[in-house]
Amino acid sequence: MIETLLEGKLVYLGSFDPEGDAEVESVWTHDPEYTHLFLMEPARPLSPGQIRKKHQAEGKADQERFFFSIRKREDNRMIGLVVLDWINWPSGYGRLALVIGDPRDRGHGYGSEALQLLLKYAFTELNLSRLTAFTFEYNLVGIHMLEKAGFLIEVRQRQAINRRNQRWDLLVLGALKEDWQNMVQGVQPG
Amino acid sequence: MSASLLYGDHIRLAAINAERDAEAIARWTHDSEYWRLLTSEPLRPQSQQRIKDDLEKENPKNDAYVFGIHTITDDRLIGFVALDDILWSHGHGWLGIGIGDPSARGKGYGTDAMRVILRYAFEELNLYRVSLNVFEYNQRALSVYLKVGFTEEGRMRNAIHRDGRWWDIVFFGILKPEWEINRG
Repeated sequence: MIETLLEGKLVYLGSFDPEGDAEVESVWTHDPEYTHLFLMEPARPLSPGQIRKKHQAEGKADQERFFFSIRKREDNRMIGLVVLDWINWPSGYGRLALVIGDPRDRGHGYGSEALQLLLKYAFTELNLSRLTAFTFEYNLVGIHMLEKAGFLIEVRQRQAINRRNQRWDLLVLGALKEDWQNMVQGVQPG
Repeated sequence: MSASLLYGDHIRLAAINAERDAEAIARWTHDSEYWRLLTSEPLRPQSQQRIKDDLEKENPKNDAYVFGIHTITDDRLIGFVALDDILWSHGHGWLGIGIGDPSARGKGYGTDAMRVILRYAFEELNLYRVSLNVFEYNQRALSVYLKVGFTEEGRMRNAIHRDGRWWDIVFFGILKPEWEINRG
């Protein structure tokens, strides 16, 4: 059981290598679609050096942030990132964010599996009781993926996002540990 | 004077002066009732020195506007109000407010300050939307937010554990066109 905590059938969660992996993440940021799907900030290409600095700045509070690369099992290639942050230990909640960098790696179930791994990690290793995720109303694939994993849309921040000359809602989704357990039990008969 | 952007009927917004204000702000952090209305962080009293250091930090991201709330009659510091986590490209910011002085609560100062900071957000910063959230047990704040024109947009279930039970965090938002209508 313990050995498979971070390992799925297709992907596993690993560390982030500030050298090679920063090069890969830098390539992703050159596609505005990437930023529009996953990030709040304006699209902005970042060099590997800027990526390294960003991670250094974010990575200070050790117990409040758990950051992983998502890698394909067959060739160890990094295809995405996933982070648990904003952790509040007394109330047992955290925020989850997940990206799949290259459009060609989307739509294969990698993100769904990585999400399942992270949920298992959050609820059984960190013993959190609640996770929150933010997404945009136009990211239908992301919303579906979160709902499939047991998340509910809890808040709709009307017109909080301005992109492509149009305003969009920002959605806040939440999963309690029970939601996740019910989902997992539903998948495994008995 | 009362027509000024930073003045309400009974309060005005002013810069927080680290030297002068740290003593009062440090005192508020020792008040568990205040703390529990304000933040989900565990209660942790702060020294004057710590408060002063925090206040003097730069805001290199240029994403926050923080003010002290002063009574007009005696210019006493009674609380703070802030717009932060501003995302300029979306015209979106988060509002936070605290009335630290217990004798100033329940007197309408918070409502007054909310009206001033919303005018500042929409007319000075030209934001399109202001968001805030509040713990479901903070009934006084919930009614103030509705009164000044916010709309409830949902609840994060079981987001905070206090006094042996779970509470929701309630989200509110107001858009510039709603504020304009509301202002009459």
